[in-house]
Amino acid sequence: MNFITRLYYRYRRAWKAIMLYLAISGPGLVVMIADNDAGGITTYAATGAKYGYNLIWFLIILVPVAYYVQEMTVRLGAVTKRGHAEAIFDGFGAFWGWFSLIDLMILDWLTLVTEFIGMTAAMHIFGVPDWLTTLAVCLLMGIIVIHGRYWTWEKIALAFCFLNLIYIPAAFMVHPSVGQIVNDGLVPNFPGGFNGEMFFFLMANIGTTIAPWMLFFQQSSVVDKGMTEKDIPWGRVDTFIGALVTVIVAVFIIILTGTVLNGVEINDAAQASDALWQKDKYVGAMMAIGLFDAGLLGAICISLASSWAFGEIFGWAHSLNTKIKEAPWFYASYFFTLVTAGLVVLIPGAPLVLITLFVQVVAVTLLPAALVFLILLLNDKPTMGEYCNTLVQNIVGGLIVVTIIALSTCYGLSALFPTLFQ
Amino acid sequence: MPLIHSIAASMAEHVDKVREINRRYATSRIQMSLPVRVALLSLRLYLFVLVGLLVFKFISILTQ
Repeated sequence: MNFITRLYYRYRRAWKAIMLYLAISGPGLVVMIADNDAGGITTYAATGAKYGYNLIWFLIILVPVAYYVQEMTVRLGAVTKRGHAEAIFDGFGAFWGWFSLIDLMILDWLTLVTEFIGMTAAMHIFGVPDWLTTLAVCLLMGIIVIHGRYWTWEKIALAFCFLNLIYIPAAFMVHPSVGQIVNDGLVPNFPGGFNGEMFFFLMANIGTTIAPWMLFFQQSSVVDKGMTEKDIPWGRVDTFIGALVTVIVAVFIIILTGTVLNGVEINDAAQASDALWQKDKYVGAMMAIGLFDAGLLGAICISLASSWAFGEIFGWAHSLNTKIKEAPWFYASYFFTLVTAGLVVLIPGAPLVLITLFVQVVAVTLLPAALVFLILLLNDKPTMGEYCNTLVQNIVGGLIVVTIIALSTCYGLSALFPTLFQ
Repeated sequence: MPLIHSIAASMAEHVDKVREINRRYATSRIQMSLPVRVALLSLRLYLFVLVGLLVFKFISILTQ
């Protein structure tokens, strides 16, 4: 076979692989990038403003951590063909099932509130009143789920994921010092030392990179998409690329606020957008658009995570491939959580910024419980067969659980004894 | 009144559904030993204590 022919066949194989990946991709990319939701953008913006580039190294460590955790849900969903909630009920019984489901419901609803906080704050910069943003978002999300099938919904979500990359050009526009980023950001350090505030930021960053709702969402999404065991390798690629992209975006947000707003007291992303707007209108606008997109993407996914979970357990039809008449309770729970979360933002005087940051921390505090069940399910040899967890995966999973519990404990102690770590 | 009746009927239906779910998943498929079950319950309770501390911190910041 001559050189040209070999080149042609290699090109054909590569093209087929890309097409296959694009067909399978979705759950991993969407869940990871949706994880850069409004609360996440707020956390990263505040981290950059407070600590400059100094915690970039910590976010880079979260790439393999997020991948390890989410990859387990791909295997579990593809092998069992069940959502995470149903898997917990089946594996551990009704008591633990209800415990997990109610956890998820409360946390998802709180997180949805933070998405609306982000979206309304972002649109406020452009002069759009909160009630109008809330109404428009509810209508838009309603149209997206009612008028499409899972694949349509996924492609729309991927388009919003693409918009999430807007922070990358914005960071370049503020001309950060690469040397300073490398010196400050890539060498592990804890500026200001270990204190309550540092624990809070570390936990908020973990909580915004791996959240309990992501476990439920990705597994249900894998099932709704119809993925099987043979799709697991591509699901892994999808999840890894998602983990990489989400941390890349997070790093660029930290670079953006770390360059322009270092040392400035920033409590939320909307405040960061406003401050950036004063220095450069385009950068401020990009930050605000990115914040709105992040909130919308997060809201689209989180509301589905809850509805899928309830549908699995209550035996409702619970697929985006069904119409409203075929799955009335699925869509009813979706719209109920959406509308009630949106209404919270319209309450005058609600401490919205505080809610946003605390929800991230609460999410990471409850994460170990969800992770322990996930690891136990992946060790169920009769069900998982050859896709069971390996020893390395169990060790990594166990380390992640122990680390998060340790950080949560330290934060809890610092809340009770503020001078303990000074 | 018809609205109240239909809401009550719907609630009763859901309560029955919950009972059916509890019966269906009454026994766990994965057998956990007593120490594992105790450890899991302790972990959950411990985490909820931590969340309680967070709520305490949240309220104390609000009331400052």
